[in-house]
Amino acid sequence: MNERFDAIVVGAGPAGTSAALTLARGGWKVLQIERGEYPGSKNVQGAILYADSLQKLIPNFREEAPLERHLVEQRLWVLDDRSYIGSTYRSPVSNDAEPDRYTILRAQFDKWFAKKAQEAGVLLICETTVLDLLREGERVVGVRTDREEGEVYADVVILADGVNSVLARKAGIRPELGAGEVALGVKEVLFYPQESLEDRFGIQGDEGVAIEMVGKITGGMVGTAFLYTNKESLAVGIGCLLSDFRREKVPPYVLLARLKEHPALRPLLRDGEMKEYTAHLIPEGGYKAIPKLSGDGWLIVGDAGMFVNSVHREGSNLAMETGRIAAETVIELKQAGEPFTERNLHRYRQRLDQSFVMKDLRKYQHVHEVLDQNRHFLTTYPELVNRAAETLLRVDGVDKRSKEKEVVRSFRKHRSYRGLFSDAVKLWRAFR
Amino acid sequence: MPDSAQIRVHPVTGTIMRQGVPAVLNPYDLFALEEALQIKDRLGGRIVALCMGPPQAEAALRKALSLGVDDAVLVSDRAFAGSDTLATSFALASAIRQVGQEQPVDLVFTGKQTIDGDTGQVGPGVAKRLGMQLLSYVCRIPILDMDSQSIVVHRWTERGGQVLQSKLPCLITVLEGTSEGRFASLPEMIRATRQPIRVWNRQAAGIEDLTKIGLKGSPTVVGKVFAPSRRAERAECIEWEQDQAGKAVSLLWEKIRARQPELVEKLSGTNGGENGQERVSE
Repeated sequence: MNERFDAIVVGAGPAGTSAALTLARGGWKVLQIERGEYPGSKNVQGAILYADSLQKLIPNFREEAPLERHLVEQRLWVLDDRSYIGSTYRSPVSNDAEPDRYTILRAQFDKWFAKKAQEAGVLLICETTVLDLLREGERVVGVRTDREEGEVYADVVILADGVNSVLARKAGIRPELGAGEVALGVKEVLFYPQESLEDRFGIQGDEGVAIEMVGKITGGMVGTAFLYTNKESLAVGIGCLLSDFRREKVPPYVLLARLKEHPALRPLLRDGEMKEYTAHLIPEGGYKAIPKLSGDGWLIVGDAGMFVNSVHREGSNLAMETGRIAAETVIELKQAGEPFTERNLHRYRQRLDQSFVMKDLRKYQHVHEVLDQNRHFLTTYPELVNRAAETLLRVDGVDKRSKEKEVVRSFRKHRSYRGLFSDAVKLWRAFR
Repeated sequence: MPDSAQIRVHPVTGTIMRQGVPAVLNPYDLFALEEALQIKDRLGGRIVALCMGPPQAEAALRKALSLGVDDAVLVSDRAFAGSDTLATSFALASAIRQVGQEQPVDLVFTGKQTIDGDTGQVGPGVAKRLGMQLLSYVCRIPILDMDSQSIVVHRWTERGGQVLQSKLPCLITVLEGTSEGRFASLPEMIRATRQPIRVWNRQAAGIEDLTKIGLKGSPTVVGKVFAPSRRAERAECIEWEQDQAGKAVSLLWEKIRARQPELVEKLSGTNGGENGQERVSE
């Protein structure tokens, strides 16, 4: 088609919409192309929204965004086969403070967010798949879609097409995803009347609870599980590295069913009516898996650029952050009258390096490796700490010093002093 | 309309939960739309897509625009809330009359029914109110002659097919599976996204009598909504050798008799013992 745009954004998730919104506000003529029936229709997340990155774009989002509950309590559980040991942090949000963590339903949130971009002037078309990047020499000059007369041109193309980014792969920007670089998450949304959730979790109004789980529930696979409260539903899910699923030959739905039957969760989940069952890939490769982020006429943002902090379970905020920064970079270049060359667009990466996005990802770059090579962190330790708690808490006529000795003996037996020491060093190095 | 495949009944209050249920274009209407588009392809003309619903229904009209509809009108007003099929057909008929003031309306297309109410009453109601010929459950339109203002349609009912001829104007309710549907080109998608959708409130739709719309205009009272209770029964597979179908049927009959003696009795009562058996084996 003949019409030209200033920018084309591929994908209408948090990353693409942040980029499109920022560009439109800068006076750009933006075409945003989404594969799903509507923004959010194909997107899956736990889902927790961190306010900061959204607030930079829409300061008053709390008044209008479809938010479920704000988190007042976060629990971390280490699960054994039957028991769990954990920590809880609970703090009510004071009346004058604004909450900064919310549970959301992505199908609704993404739709609302995209609407904001449309109101700013973004032209969004859905049910359209971008098949290829159009190039003149090395320079990306537009995209080809699956519709008739489907070639469309722009000065710059922003790839926000998600974890699989077929486009980036086809264009040779990113290699095929390795099974060790992505997690497969499966999730159920179960319906409950609001009062029932308030009773179960000791919450009222818009208060919410998030529970993160690690331990034997993943069967030795590198992964985590979660339980989040929404207004009238619970989201419960589990995700592990795809390579581990392949190696262990455990179907993801079996893992989720097992999680739901765990004595720690069963009472919280009873009598739920399943409303939704979803699965999605999550980029888990971290810092080392981040591809080249820009080139002649193109930039890559969000999951497509592997921006997920799996340790702190941050993803959609990184998507918004990278989307916004990518857009700001090209706006500045245009204002300065500079072309969108590979050299100039590299400023995007430089700006990311200065932001929390890259700093955090760099910090945790070894975590997966360490867990992958030391499976006992996921199996032996959860069992040992749970058993230690049982030993110390049981009152059975055995004196406390003997109990302490027994605990130490059990740790030494399974890991030895040298093993314990080296584990401590490994963990410290992975998380420092 | 809300996607009925995703609606749930609240386990405690028994009300329908529409929260978070996406709105979809009634699938039956897609076939009606495609019939209209094919007529436009053949003979030209102008198509106006008309929809009564909440502001979110705009998405359905946007889709109609991308597929080649010329103009779209959303009839939306809080006063319509709670409308049953009678009130809905009143409002739509009034809106169609308003469209008719801009240009004459030769044909009105609707789906055979919605997927939420499943009544199939709105189309016929509109036809009656507008004094148009009603051609319901149409699967094909072989002849449409604008000069002589006549149309021939194939109609499919439970009793078989009919070929009907009628004068224009008429209202056609279209059966599912009549056509493949189409995929808009990229320029068409972009045009549709930019095209403004006209929103008519009650007054713009030409409605003055408030007692004919919304809850007041709706004599239908929903007594109770409930989700059918779930049943799970073990299925059983009966195998038989070639030419032994009769034996298999007898076996089946015995199994039914063992599990549901009342049913067997009832069948035997109406048809006589042996007849009942024959009936089943047919």
